Amino acid sequence: MSELPFNSTSYYHYLSEHKLMGCRSKTSGKFYLPPRPICTTAYSSDMEWEQVSGKGEIIAFTVITVAPTHMIEAGYSRDNPYCAAIVRLQEGPAISAQILGVDLSMPEEAIKIGTPVQATFIERGEGPAKRTYLAFEVVQ
Amino acid sequence: MAVKKLKRGVALVGAGMTSFGTFPGLNTRDLFVQAFQEMKASVDKGFDPKDIEALVIGNYSSTMFEGQNFMGPYVADAVGLTPIPASRVECACASSGLALRQAIMTIGSGLADVVLVGGLEKESDLPIARVTDVLATASDSVYENPAGFTFPGLYALLATAYMHRYGATPETFMKIAIKNHENGVLNPKAQFGARIADIMASKQKAAAKRGKPVPQWGSELDFLKDDQANPAIAWPMRLFDCSPVSDGAVALLLVAEEIASSFTDKPLHIIGYGQGSDVPTYERESLTSIKAARVAAEQAYATAGVTPKDIKVCEVHDCFTIAELIAIEDLGFFKPGEGYKAIEEGLTSRLGPRPINSSGGLKSKGHPVGATGAGQVVEVFKQMRGEAGPRQVPGDLNLGLTHNLGGSGMAAIVHIFERRQ
Repeated sequence: MSELPFNSTSYYHYLSEHKLMGCRSKTSGKFYLPPRPICTTAYSSDMEWEQVSGKGEIIAFTVITVAPTHMIEAGYSRDNPYCAAIVRLQEGPAISAQILGVDLSMPEEAIKIGTPVQATFIERGEGPAKRTYLAFEVVQ
Repeated sequence: MAVKKLKRGVALVGAGMTSFGTFPGLNTRDLFVQAFQEMKASVDKGFDPKDIEALVIGNYSSTMFEGQNFMGPYVADAVGLTPIPASRVECACASSGLALRQAIMTIGSGLADVVLVGGLEKESDLPIARVTDVLATASDSVYENPAGFTFPGLYALLATAYMHRYGATPETFMKIAIKNHENGVLNPKAQFGARIADIMASKQKAAAKRGKPVPQWGSELDFLKDDQANPAIAWPMRLFDCSPVSDGAVALLLVAEEIASSFTDKPLHIIGYGQGSDVPTYERESLTSIKAARVAAEQAYATAGVTPKDIKVCEVHDCFTIAELIAIEDLGFFKPGEGYKAIEEGLTSRLGPRPINSSGGLKSKGHPVGATGAGQVVEVFKQMRGEAGPRQVPGDLNLGLTHNLGGSGMAAIVHIFERRQ
């Protein structure tokens, strides 16, 4: 199988297969998630794909009540807000994603930085517009 | 690294702006003409517009807001300056901070002696949901936006990270809003020139008029903690933590230092200049500081040969209240993690020891994205020349600073101004 190029299209292709994938530079050993076509330390392009565990912790978050158009289309609103966060993965990099399974009524008490989370995948849209989004669930 | 400086000095000799607000029926060109006329009147000894050798404007997105790309030549035409070079630069909310920097470099290089800087944006023609989407095109469309982020959401990330690390509470952010509204009351150009207390009173009056129960709040803070009166936008950022949707335009006149005296006896010498960039929020080492701003500030202080404590008057980029808190730390006015205590103690009020945003800031004055950076310069120009009227910051304001951020802080531009007489 020929290797997918190291870019965002491939990242989302892997997400559609419910795999969270980054890439590692063979020259510098540096791990990139999201993937990059070149190592921005060594400036080499000898990358290889690596799947991550999906385990991580919340390092910053918000609860969004005034949603952008694509989230309104997904059913979110002032009455149905959502948590968006940055999650630091066990493997090192951090990534933006929605957080599922948290109580949104009292964010100050209910959501804590440092909370362990596990990657999950959300499917939105129909037919050609169908797309997979990364999310995380709080580890119980 | 050695400090690299301009080959010759540049001075600010004129500054003008429209009010910031919503102006149906006026496009960016109309607004810029107003700003240009005010700038022209501000040049003490007068000048002939035909002496202007180049125009640089900052404009975030007339492309999407008005369906007009390619604003440089249209703006040059609006003020009768063709056929001079007319350029538009874009750096999200730092677009006109960057226009100023490009104009400084144009003069510093020797290619021109007199350059007009513009900042302009017309946002209010679009419905609010579309405005939000246009602004969101400056956040990361590949990895941030799919997670549901909005600009208030990205700055809310910095707020939760700061609260967690240093123990600040949402009350700190509310106190920044109260302070900037206090300052905006004294600024006739401000979009929301009203104290929070005035806004409370008008809401009570409106309820009484409609025969509804009159809401009661014990204090401005009580009002800002009320989920009905001050709803969350992206927790912990609430409505009154966010700068508004605005229209506005600004014009600045820059000249080579050696000819400044033929325009005015009170030029502001632009002695410090810095610009930095950074990665998107999810890639940052720290979310409690904006590295691009620290880098820009370091360059600006180094080129100016001054330190943070020398700065007498300062406009920072408070697109959201948390951004002002982080700015006063990134600029070195307070140590990391101590800015919120300074706010609690009122040190950043207009009459305090470290006045921040005497104009009312983006919060109260308004935030017409591409006009904002140049708008900050208008305030510093007025304050340092003793022309700020009732909101004049006391003291000998010989050094002023502007801090202009782009997007979530992926760009920052800092300038330092000096008045020598």
